[in-house]
Amino acid sequence: MTTVEFEPWDDPQEKPLIHFQNVTKKFGEFTAIDNLTIDIYEREFYALLGPSGCGKTTLMRMLAGFETPTTGKILLAGQDIAPVPPNKRATNMMFQSYALFPHLSIWENIAFGLKREGMAKPDINNRVDEMLRLTRLEQFARRKPHQISGGQRQRVALARSLAKAPKLLLLDEPLGALDKKLRQETQFELMDIQEKTGTTFVIVTHDQEEAMTVASRVAVMDHGKIIQVATPDRIYETPNSVYVADFIGDVNIIEGTTSAAGEDSYSIDWADGLAPLKATSSVSFSDGQKCHLAIRPEKVAISTDKPEGAANTVQGRVLDIAYLGNISTYHVELPSGEVIKAQAANTRRISRRSYTWEDTVWLSWTATAGVLLAS
Amino acid sequence: MRRFFLIAPPFAWLLLLFLVPFVIVVKISLSDAALAIPPYVPKFSWAEGIGTYFSQLDFENFTFLTEDDLYWKAYLSSLKIATVSTILTLLVGYPMAYGMARASSEWRPTLMMLVILPFWTSFLIRVYAWMGILSNEGFLNQFLLWTGIIDTPLIILNTNTAVYIGIVYTYLPFMILPIYSALERLDGSLIEAAEDLGCSRLTAFWLVTIPLSKTGIIAGCFLVFIPTLGEFVIPSLLGGSNSLMIGKVLWEEFFSNRDWPVASAVAVILLLILIIPIVLFQRNQQKQQEAEQ
Repeated sequence: MTTVEFEPWDDPQEKPLIHFQNVTKKFGEFTAIDNLTIDIYEREFYALLGPSGCGKTTLMRMLAGFETPTTGKILLAGQDIAPVPPNKRATNMMFQSYALFPHLSIWENIAFGLKREGMAKPDINNRVDEMLRLTRLEQFARRKPHQISGGQRQRVALARSLAKAPKLLLLDEPLGALDKKLRQETQFELMDIQEKTGTTFVIVTHDQEEAMTVASRVAVMDHGKIIQVATPDRIYETPNSVYVADFIGDVNIIEGTTSAAGEDSYSIDWADGLAPLKATSSVSFSDGQKCHLAIRPEKVAISTDKPEGAANTVQGRVLDIAYLGNISTYHVELPSGEVIKAQAANTRRISRRSYTWEDTVWLSWTATAGVLLAS
Repeated sequence: MRRFFLIAPPFAWLLLLFLVPFVIVVKISLSDAALAIPPYVPKFSWAEGIGTYFSQLDFENFTFLTEDDLYWKAYLSSLKIATVSTILTLLVGYPMAYGMARASSEWRPTLMMLVILPFWTSFLIRVYAWMGILSNEGFLNQFLLWTGIIDTPLIILNTNTAVYIGIVYTYLPFMILPIYSALERLDGSLIEAAEDLGCSRLTAFWLVTIPLSKTGIIAGCFLVFIPTLGEFVIPSLLGGSNSLMIGKVLWEEFFSNRDWPVASAVAVILLLILIIPIVLFQRNQQKQQEAEQ
């Protein structure tokens, strides 16, 4: 790993490889992409994340050339690519269904794009062999797609789309058809290959874990709009909206009203008869403004006795326990009726756990644990 | 035991309704024509015994077929007509099947219905209708004269052109349906993948769509070629006296000349010619099934 941080998006000198400029795409009355502007930089692994129907696949198909924007421009390395047909674009796509040609062998599938380029035979041989090595498929070269497993097919699809050394590789739910374990392994393979080849990857996925694992930046989409673009840790730690906080991972959302309590610090009135919560926020809130405090369950500590010195403490009753092996999530009902989730690592054997269903417990978190959101 | 009972009915069916009649036809082809009922000798009689009976059979009729050039000319002409009409049917049928497969899914059942609809009318009536269209005073000539494209009526009826039109029209559904079923299963993302990898629309069609509909094309071609080779009704109604087809020759030997043995010999040879494409067809089907597994 290089020690230099890869953050071209923070460098004003850097020119984006892809620039979407106020792109709108309509299918009849339906707006799939709504006035969207994004930049994707070279060598980036960019994830488009969102629920189905949010427009992420349309966005990708516009990059591949299968759809054209209704209004707006898409620039690839500074050039408007709207009039360029898919077969003339320096982009390649890995399809969700893999779209391997069933009548051709693995070798011929990978060579397909190279032959269309009119590459010389020995060069084709070398390139295909290189791709087979990269994806560890050497011994399957002569087989037909239906004679290999799903994971191998996925690698063939990747090898085929990488063979032409595209400027930009588009991956449409590339791991959707694989089972969980294989998916996790393949995620690391994908990152590895992306680093080795230095290709810019744009991945479409609805799996937030996948997006967080592979991507350098994640764009969270909803209803044809980009809600937030940031690195995985920022998306998780500092979501810019309740939608993003809620979409990525597990979260407690507490509604309340703010009042200033010092610099960047606020106290939140949230339930009758309970002490206001303390939270810090770099975004300023006015007194009496409605707000949402988003706290990740793993940042909420659970204990039988009231902890000393914690900024926020609440008492409640254990309603439910989700035991996941390494961790447990406790659903704690507060006297006000609200349920707050707290997560704790199961460092001791389950039989020695000091609280269980119906027990009264204390929850606590620091002032910096949560994110204060306006909407 | 259960398997035996399952396969017994089709085997019994084939044995009774195909193999036994075929053996009888072979036997007649080895007999001699005679003025009798039925019009051939020898007839088997218990008194003379089976040995004498077999000694009277010979290959005389088959030798006769090679001596008169009418027969091999008829076979060749049938092969030519069948081949040309199969190609024509493919050229007309493929675009139609392609159009059907690309049509939106709510239209497909309707289009399929339209392809099958002609079967609801008697085949003979449809061929007679073509006589009405193609004759010198028929609708086609009337229309062309009216538009002024031609000033003298085209002579189409009673020529090979009319036979081709009739065969293409009649057998078109047999070409369209297997090709359609192959094209319908074709995953649209394969075409997109081909384009993404640098194919134009046309090369994508040639390199992906055609190879992947190959099984449908082959099935359709055999379904048209095999019955066309022995076709009798279309050439005798639409073709003239000089459109020679083996089915017609067969009919004439059988009914006009009442020469059952020669007619049977013609039929046996026709069957032998047909067996080759049928075997090829079955092999293709088998390959297709293996590929799908």
